[in-house]
Amino acid sequence: MIKKLFFAGSGGQGALAIGQLIAKAAMEEGSEVTYLPSYGPEMRGGTANATVVISDKPISCPLINECDVLVVMNLPSLTRFEPMVKPGGMLFMNSSLIPEKAKRDDIHVVEVPCNDEAEKLGIERAANTVMLGAILKETGVVKFETVYTELEHMFSGRKEKFLAPNRKAVDLYLS
Amino acid sequence: MSKILMKGNEAFGEAAIRAGVKCYFGYPITPQNEVPEYMSHELPKAGGAFLQAESELAAVNMAFGAAAAGGRVFISTSSPGLALMQEGLGFICSTEVPLVALNVSRGGPGVGGIQPGQADYTQVTRGGYNGDAQIPVFAPATIQECVDLIYECFDIAEQYRNPVMILADAMLGQMMEPVELPPKKEITPVDKIPQEKPWAITGTGQHEGRNVIFSLRMQPDVLERHVEHMFEKYARAEKELVRYNSIGLDDAEVVFVAFGTMSRLCVEAIELLAERGVKAGMIRPISLWPFPNKAFDEIGPKTKLVISAELSMGQMIQDVKVAAMNRWPVKLIHRTGGIVPSSIEIADKTMELLKEVTA
Repeated sequence: MIKKLFFAGSGGQGALAIGQLIAKAAMEEGSEVTYLPSYGPEMRGGTANATVVISDKPISCPLINECDVLVVMNLPSLTRFEPMVKPGGMLFMNSSLIPEKAKRDDIHVVEVPCNDEAEKLGIERAANTVMLGAILKETGVVKFETVYTELEHMFSGRKEKFLAPNRKAVDLYLS
Repeated sequence: MSKILMKGNEAFGEAAIRAGVKCYFGYPITPQNEVPEYMSHELPKAGGAFLQAESELAAVNMAFGAAAAGGRVFISTSSPGLALMQEGLGFICSTEVPLVALNVSRGGPGVGGIQPGQADYTQVTRGGYNGDAQIPVFAPATIQECVDLIYECFDIAEQYRNPVMILADAMLGQMMEPVELPPKKEITPVDKIPQEKPWAITGTGQHEGRNVIFSLRMQPDVLERHVEHMFEKYARAEKELVRYNSIGLDDAEVVFVAFGTMSRLCVEAIELLAERGVKAGMIRPISLWPFPNKAFDEIGPKTKLVISAELSMGQMIQDVKVAAMNRWPVKLIHRTGGIVPSSIEIADKTMELLKEVTA
C-alpha cells in the first residue's frame, strides 16, 4: 500500500510543517516515508509545497505524478495543483482563504475554515494544525496519538506554551 | 537502533561527525547550505573545528592543510563551488593526502541553477584539476546510502591516501528520509598520529627527519615515478572499489543505466513499463569511478537496448558505451537544467526508443 500526499500554501502558512509532521508520525508507526520540500525562491513568497510518500515497502521515487491527498492552504495552490488529485482522491482546502469552490467533481472535497477556527481558539498561527486535525480524521493516514507525541516534541522547552492550543486545534474535528 | 527522520544535508554532516571528522571547512552554496549550518553547531560539540572560509578556493586549501596534519577532514559544496575547488583537489591527489569531499550537485554550467542536476558527472569522474590524477567517486541514491558511504569513505581515503568524492544531488540534500545513524567511530588519537600516519606533518621531534608535503617535482623522471606510484594505487582501486546494484538483468528487454536521483525514477519507470508489457531492468552504478563495467556482463540475451538515463545532456553515456562494447545499441534519456523528468516521461520515451531499435 502506497499513499501519496501533497501539501501546498504560501510560505509561512505551515503547509510544509504539517506534511513533515505526518511523515514523521508515519515513520514512527513503522511505515517507509519520504518527505520532499520545495526550496529556493518559492520559500520566500509564492507557493511552497512538499510531497510525502508513505508505504509499507521501500519507496523508490519521492517525486509523484499524482496524489491521493492534496492539501491547499491558499487559492494559488488550489488553482495550480487541483489537477494532480487522482480520481476518487481527497482535496482538503482552507476555505477561510479560498473563496472559490473546487472544480473537480470526481474527488472528495473537504473544506476547512482553518484561519477562522484558529482565530476562535485565540491562536492564529495554528491554522495549519486545524487542517492537520481534519486530515487525520478524514483519512486516518496516521493515528491522533502518534501526532500528539510528535506535537509534544515539536512544542517543548521554550515553545511549550504552544502545545495546549495546538492540541486543541488538532482535536477540533475529532468529535 | 531506531530510525530518525532527517534532512539529507543534516544527515550527511552527522555521518561525517560520526566517522571522526575533526575539521570542516566550507563556504555557503545552495542546495547544500544545511551541511555547513549543521557542522557549525554540531562539530564543535563533538570536539572538532568548523570554519567558514571566504571562498571555496580558500576552503579546499584550508582542508588540505588540516588533512596534511593527519586529522579527518570533510568539505562539502555544490557544483560551481566544486569547480573552484578543483585546483586544490589536484594538489591533494599529488601529495597523497586523504580527505572526503561531498558535492550536492545542481544545474550548470556556470552558476547555473539550484535544482537537482547530474551534469557534474564529467567534473567528478575526470576532474577539473591538471595532470594525471584520479578521485574515486560514489553516488548514493538514498539518504541512508549516502550516510553509510560518507561514514566509510574516510577509511577508504586513508587506505588509499587520496581524496574520495561523494556525488549527491539537490534532491537528496533537501529531502527527508528515515535514517539509521552509525555509531561514533574510534579514530587515531592525536598523540598516535605520528606513529599511525608517518606521512603526516606533525612537527619535528615526532619522528626522524622532517616531513614535507609538496607537489613540485622538477625532474621529469622523478615526477614520472611519482605519477606511476599514484597509478598503482588507482589500479588497485579499480579492482577493489567497484560497486553497483542491478535489477532484473536476466530477462530484460531494455536496461537502464542510472545513478542517484535518476535511478529512483527509473525504478518507477520499470514498474510502469511492466504494466505496458515491457520487461525493463537497471544497472545502478554506485561507484562512478571506477565505473562498474563488469555489471554489463550480467545482461541477459533478451536485451535489445541499453539506455543511459541522466540529468545532463548525456555525460555518463560515454562510459556506458565503453562498457557496452557494441553489444547493444546505447541511447540516452535525459533532462537538464534542474528539471527532473517524471517516471511517465521516462517510460514513454523508452517505448519510443524501443520502437526505433526494433524497427
